Amino acid sequence: MSEQKKTSVPKPLPVLEGFTKAFYAGCARGELLFQVCGGCNRWRHVPRELCAECGSWEWEWKASSGRGRVFTWTVIARALHPAFADAVPLAAVVVELEEGVRLLSHVIDCAPDALEMEMPVEVVFEAASDEVTLPLFRRAAV
Amino acid sequence: MSTQACIVGIGETAYCRKPGSGMSELGLQLKAATAAIANAGLRPSEIDGIMPFPNLGRAEEFAANLGCENLRFATTVHMGGAAPAASLGVAAAAIEAGLAHHVLLPAGWNGYSGARVRETVSEQSDSIPGGAIARDYYLPYGLTAPPQWYALLARRHMFEFGTKPEHLGQIAVTMRAHAQKNPNAVMQGRPMTLDDYLASPMLADPYRFFDCCIETDGAAAVVVTSLERARDLEGKAVPILASASGQPYPADEITNRRDLFRTGLTIAAPEAFGRAGVTPADADFAMIYDCFTFELLQQLEEVGFCKRGEGGDFVSEGHIGIDGSLPVNTHGGLLSEAHSLGMGHIVEAVKQLRGDAGERQLDSPSVGVVTGWGDFGDGSVAILARA
Repeated sequence: MSEQKKTSVPKPLPVLEGFTKAFYAGCARGELLFQVCGGCNRWRHVPRELCAECGSWEWEWKASSGRGRVFTWTVIARALHPAFADAVPLAAVVVELEEGVRLLSHVIDCAPDALEMEMPVEVVFEAASDEVTLPLFRRAAV
Repeated sequence: MSTQACIVGIGETAYCRKPGSGMSELGLQLKAATAAIANAGLRPSEIDGIMPFPNLGRAEEFAANLGCENLRFATTVHMGGAAPAASLGVAAAAIEAGLAHHVLLPAGWNGYSGARVRETVSEQSDSIPGGAIARDYYLPYGLTAPPQWYALLARRHMFEFGTKPEHLGQIAVTMRAHAQKNPNAVMQGRPMTLDDYLASPMLADPYRFFDCCIETDGAAAVVVTSLERARDLEGKAVPILASASGQPYPADEITNRRDLFRTGLTIAAPEAFGRAGVTPADADFAMIYDCFTFELLQQLEEVGFCKRGEGGDFVSEGHIGIDGSLPVNTHGGLLSEAHSLGMGHIVEAVKQLRGDAGERQLDSPSVGVVTGWGDFGDGSVAILARA
């Protein structure tokens, strides 16, 4: 497989269909959208058909404050996907947002070895292609 | 104790890396299968149930090659590395229900010379746990492979409970020490110290290279039947006291769990121990699915061998060594014997309970625990006994 490890391999992108299309369309507009249950008002991620907590099929997209804290992370030191060979070391970071949902992302202005648990971060958006804008995070004031 | 079903035959191929097995994955598994069937004292044509490992062959192929003309039970438990220990329970239930008499559980692959798990780059959503969720919400951020998923759990465990790299290293070093007594272990002759471990390069921090299981070619298989039938067979029966499986919640998404450490095993373990009528304290050994060091530690906690958060101290106190209070993976496990997909753990448990484990034989064990771990934390546990 190693001969296929060329940096020309494009990074994998989400397939824009269903709920995922709406999630990333929000990102393209500068909104970090999550489903909020119409029955119990809980925020949820990833998008689901109905609320696993209360059973309600009612929900609407709401924009998160975009503020959260670092919940956990791994520093990918050796890329196991060829598209990331030039990007390592790269921290894949789980951010817990104020609304309680967690999202996997990157913290773009923080070296991997400077990450700390509970570090405050806020969302920013960056185009990954003509169609896809990814939510990313940067350090925020406490 | 309910002891209706038992393991009556075990088989393995040699495990290797370079230059590879030189066989197809089906061929490898058939080698292990025929060895297990012969070990049971059965003829291949007597196998009437087959439970292939997920994505590693169809029951029809196995039956056609082995001459199983009366195949009447064929199913697969889709739980990744948790499949073998979970399959023991399904096979036992099938036998008790009269759906089959002799069930074959094969597992094997060219994990070294074939497609590498660590290099799974497919965006085919059905080939990765979590399916489209992983494709749409993890892969764009470089989180593409098992050590990276589980490293997220390991780091959080370190934060919440003070688990240290040295604790994980103790696991790697212990598995390597066990492999030195196993002629079929790929890492026999290559001992490791804690300094070696700490010096190994980071792969997915906090996982170093030596936190990861080895990639190997090889296969293992077992045959399950009823205790009643086993009385007439040459193979020495090892009763299955209970087997249970479980899933984390949600099973398809690893970041939004209310309790990150509640995995499938958290549910499965009390269920299995309850049905078996024994407790973790009764176990004379444990074969713990050790895809990565922290997963072994976490399973020790969730089975109940120690409390949650105390896994680090438990391993550092030497409990899991071959001379410890709970010898773990006396064959060297996935970390140092071979990546036999968890079937090797069952084979080793049977060897220990039969008294056939050679240089690494424990002193007359009577109860053994085998676990499995797969996908985003699916879990299984089987409790086996000496006949």
